[in-house]
Amino acid sequence: MTAPLDRPKRKNPLARTRLPLLPPAARSRTAHGLTAAAAEGRFALQVCAECQAVLYPPREACPSCLSARLPFKDVEAGGTVLTETTVHISPEPYFRERPASRIGLVKLDAGPTAVAHLHGDVGVKARVRLELKLDRSGAPVMVALPQEDTPNMADDPALREMTCDPKFRRVLITDGRNALGQAMAKAMVDAGASLVFVGLDNTWKPFAGEDKLKALKGVEFVPLDLTDSNSVTELALQIGARVDIVINTAEHVRAGGMVGGHGLNDARDTMELRYFGLMRLAQAFGPVLRMRGADGVNSAAAFVNLLSVHALANWPAYGVFSAVEAACLSAAQSLRAELRGGGVKVVNAFAGPLETEWYQTLPPPKVAPSALAKAVVDALRKGTEDVFVGDVAQDIRARLAVNPKALERELGE
Amino acid sequence: MSAAELKSFAKAIASGGIRVVDLTQTLSPEFPTIVLPPELGQCAPFRLEEISRYDSRGPAWYWNNFTVGEHTGTHFDAPIHWVSGKDLPNNSVDTIVPENFIAPVCVIDCSADSTANPDFLLTVERLEAWEKQHGRIEAGSWVFLRTDWSKRDYKAYANLKEDGAHTPGPAAEAVKWLVEERDVLGFGTETIGTDAGQAHLFNPPFPAHFYMHGKGRYGLQCLTNLDKLPPKGAVVVAAPLKIKQGSGSPLRVLALIA
Repeated sequence: MTAPLDRPKRKNPLARTRLPLLPPAARSRTAHGLTAAAAEGRFALQVCAECQAVLYPPREACPSCLSARLPFKDVEAGGTVLTETTVHISPEPYFRERPASRIGLVKLDAGPTAVAHLHGDVGVKARVRLELKLDRSGAPVMVALPQEDTPNMADDPALREMTCDPKFRRVLITDGRNALGQAMAKAMVDAGASLVFVGLDNTWKPFAGEDKLKALKGVEFVPLDLTDSNSVTELALQIGARVDIVINTAEHVRAGGMVGGHGLNDARDTMELRYFGLMRLAQAFGPVLRMRGADGVNSAAAFVNLLSVHALANWPAYGVFSAVEAACLSAAQSLRAELRGGGVKVVNAFAGPLETEWYQTLPPPKVAPSALAKAVVDALRKGTEDVFVGDVAQDIRARLAVNPKALERELGE
Repeated sequence: MSAAELKSFAKAIASGGIRVVDLTQTLSPEFPTIVLPPELGQCAPFRLEEISRYDSRGPAWYWNNFTVGEHTGTHFDAPIHWVSGKDLPNNSVDTIVPENFIAPVCVIDCSADSTANPDFLLTVERLEAWEKQHGRIEAGSWVFLRTDWSKRDYKAYANLKEDGAHTPGPAAEAVKWLVEERDVLGFGTETIGTDAGQAHLFNPPFPAHFYMHGKGRYGLQCLTNLDKLPPKGAVVVAAPLKIKQGSGSPLRVLALIA
């Protein structure tokens, strides 16, 4: 049984904060098929299009029939542990400063035998479920987990290295004024975050849900206005070193496309809050997040963006908004590359219309703020970095993969 | 007036013989702006973005870019701001004759009433009572409503409730009277607007805007330090930025007291 994580002790202010190290990240271009699956929490391996053989590790040609047509497909994720090895001393600096790691050979139900990290609750001959996870360097690795959940299994040190579990971490929610921020604050408290900072702009302006939010235990309000560079910088100077997970809940949804709009003010407001707001957060909080990627069990772990799925394909009914979201997605990709060196994940949660005021006129399906918050908690616990929440987001994702042009045309009809 | 008199005026300011009172709120990102329903266009709050601060972006100098709405912070309303003043001549800040930027001011102290009732309205009776005490409001004067609202914290200053803002202001007939019976230059307040917080329910809606601007008069709002002014006798210097076709602008408002 996994020993439950103790609440982290206060840091010794005389001790140096260790700089983050990363496990080896190099992968072949083909092997990034695993990266793609791990990013979304899928278990996909190469399946030969000619002879149906399932392959691992990724290869350029099928060892059975030499075919080069080896697409990644979701496969059975069960397996049985054949052997285990404990690596006590590694030449890799990353592993040298961590507890001995357990790896094993696992016979996959899907066919091949793979080397996988073994969860602490898994021994030889155990039945396991396999997951592809992004390790601290963002590279895909295979992890064998107990077939059934075991107590405190998320606290396993090797697993916690690959996830961004909010438990005992300190979270900054950038906007508590809207339903999304409020649902997120509650979800983070429920997920065991040790402290949830909730940003509020224009504190002289009352807002719906204020009393309920203020009654939430474990929440601390901080002044934060993402449209004001000085406000974001000030807050980062005050609490930056105490924030392990940033969740940007600022939203500015407005209907309308490029032609029908009347002037630029709405678009500018959206851009100011969403895109420049993200940039302000990145500049103010990014450097210290990246520094603190190995700062104990409550190290800096993640930067979460809540994006419209129409960042991937413009929905002209919300055309200007979609364009701003696309800019945010692009910025998030840059941020992801920049934070990777610190072992900090950038999680993008994509959703279609939400069950909120600015999507009032749209019919279902819509995503409740609490559902989006739950999906973010799940993503952080699993360590995934791209999550598609709700029917609309998953539908757009699927259609984009099949025929982007058709999707573009259909969204504009 | 002779050149010598003008010179002695300048000397009196330098020596403190004439006191200068700053009636301006500091332009800051935090200062409340007017709140309209979110589907309407919004006035931009004040924002400062550093260009350089003795660093790699400019080694020996510090400077900023700022963005701000015309009606943010202590600001001036020109007649073109309101639909009732849209067709008047010289109705924008760039075309108002500069002589109108310096004028005497009458200060109506309603601070006790406003403290007792956030929805306090300045009435004609109240203005007449003031005149009995301090003399007639002269044509071409500013009239400032002192409420001590500027002393409140931001939340109490905006005083937003479920049914909107509750802040003091003038009754419709009082504004009409000031324009038509007293020919004032304009109306100034400490609150976010020249009108009361609930003035959208008045007839006409927003009467301080409707009547003042409809007759080519001006507005000043978000003033402070009105408690330092005498009821009568001070002179106000309030020159807005010269924005082409501007409907108003943030500005520095100074009062001179002999």
